[in-house]
Amino acid sequence: MARPAGDGRGGNVTLHAPAAPLAVPVARAHPRRTSTRFIAVGLAILVVLAIIAIAAPVIAPYDPEAVEVKRVLGEPILQHPFGSDVLGRDVFSRVLFGLRVSLLVSVSAVLASTALAVPLGVLAGYFGRWVDTTVSRTLDMILVLPAMLLAITFIAILGPGSVVAAIAIAVIYLPILARVMRASTLVVTRNEYVAGARARGGSHLRVIVTHVAPNALGPVIVQASVLSAFALQLEAGLSFLGLGTQPPTPSLGGMLADGRDVLIQAPWVEIFPGLAIVVAVLGFTFLGEGLLRAFDPRGVAE
Amino acid sequence: MSAMLSFTDVQVRFASDDAVQPAPAVGGVSLDVQPGEIFGIVWESGSGKSTLANAVLGLLPASAAVQGSIRVAGREVIGLSENELRSIRGKEVSMIFQDASASLDPVWSVGDQVAETIRAHAGVSGREAKSRAIALMNEVGIPDAASRYGDAPHRFSGGMRQRIVIAAALANSPQLLIADEPTTALDVTIQAQVLQLIDTLRRQNGTTVVLITHDLGVVAQICDRVAVMYGGTLLEVAATAELFARPQHPYTRALLAANPAGAPRGRRLPVIPAQWSVESLCAAEVLRASAATTERVDADE
Repeated sequence: MARPAGDGRGGNVTLHAPAAPLAVPVARAHPRRTSTRFIAVGLAILVVLAIIAIAAPVIAPYDPEAVEVKRVLGEPILQHPFGSDVLGRDVFSRVLFGLRVSLLVSVSAVLASTALAVPLGVLAGYFGRWVDTTVSRTLDMILVLPAMLLAITFIAILGPGSVVAAIAIAVIYLPILARVMRASTLVVTRNEYVAGARARGGSHLRVIVTHVAPNALGPVIVQASVLSAFALQLEAGLSFLGLGTQPPTPSLGGMLADGRDVLIQAPWVEIFPGLAIVVAVLGFTFLGEGLLRAFDPRGVAE
Repeated sequence: MSAMLSFTDVQVRFASDDAVQPAPAVGGVSLDVQPGEIFGIVWESGSGKSTLANAVLGLLPASAAVQGSIRVAGREVIGLSENELRSIRGKEVSMIFQDASASLDPVWSVGDQVAETIRAHAGVSGREAKSRAIALMNEVGIPDAASRYGDAPHRFSGGMRQRIVIAAALANSPQLLIADEPTTALDVTIQAQVLQLIDTLRRQNGTTVVLITHDLGVVAQICDRVAVMYGGTLLEVAATAELFARPQHPYTRALLAANPAGAPRGRRLPVIPAQWSVESLCAAEVLRASAATTERVDADE
């Protein structure tokens, strides 16, 4: 072993060998910090994507639906950083606008679903008995059908389009969110402060709105942010099948469908909308994971 | 003098899916609580103490069936509609629960929760409710109440939280205060302070207090009269001093004998066997058996 000669440390090392491991600092991430880090990264991604989506008409260098015959399947160049697609449309502009549609559909679907699920879940959990049975069994009927199949059924009835896709996604996630709300309501309702609020003369409605719902909302927020990631994928899947957002309006899933045929000749038509989906899903997942760790102590443990 | 709270043959049963119906949680209790007194109900933990208290306010779960008659200031409360019950809760009859840290909602400030009780009954503005809540918090001894109005419950100690719960309970000057183990979750010095507070407020406002507890020390300290319950049955009612001096029922005697305060040192305390039924309690042999057990234990040592 090549040691600097003459410093006499070789002997010392053997003598004090047991002391050596102590000098190594024990690196242990604080669990709280990992949750805030996840939330921060997730939020950062989502805020950037939201700004891009909102400002798409300003940022986009071209009209996303403008056809340029000379640029059919043009490769990425400085003026067209993501290249051009089969019709010579600028992929960069289309990704910006596609992100706008996809985020709008998935987020509004999850918000609508949450808005319905929270009152349903809180009523089922708070009153129990026949209210619970009625709400839970009805929602179970939605739950037994696979998500994609249910969405396609909806679209078969109502016709394709982004609004219908959003409604379908909202209905699919309704039972999941309502169940989470019901379960956390069951836990919260057992607290003495709920009995206390009733003993002080609060009506059922008042106790639910001011004491039960605010305390039971945490897990639903976590679940909603996790489901937003799935909603985005579901929307992309529906659009990929031609059942969601209709052409020529760009959507990320629709663009994946367009790029599939030219994957070998012009991979950029496929790759960039795909990357956009990945980044957006990652944002929602990070946010959801962070919230989960922050809200759920057992999640923090491992 | 008409009773402030009067139970006549009150029975509470919980519905069960089992073929064998369980014994009633409260079986045929009759008692009268006089206006202005502190009435203690001694009851072992985990034997349905809160059931009787909740029955007064109609807060029992739907699976409970209440029979008999419960009158608050002469008014029958069994069979009242939800709205009528609500006008009583927190206004005529208030309740203090066992665990003060759990009976305040963690997401609201303590002041808002005191003000909430005021607003539930009196049609007052938010500002008016707030100033009354601050006055109440001062009254129960929250230092610097005005600036602590907006603090969340977790920023207060257990004793302070119980004071806030008491402030909320007294917000509408109720005639009757039911305290269900109000001091169990507190340490001994804070217990004494909270009991003293309840006593002071009773003197000031003439509130009748029903104190449900398993703690004989608490009973001795502030109660005027005491009822001893066992397994849903009322065994005896007596003035506090009378009960401690001349317990009539074998169970009461066994209970007092099992109290470490005043027991001779270096001797094992007599125990109350868990398998005692109400019927066997009434038999005189029980006491002798208990005495025999005690002697045997002594002999073992």
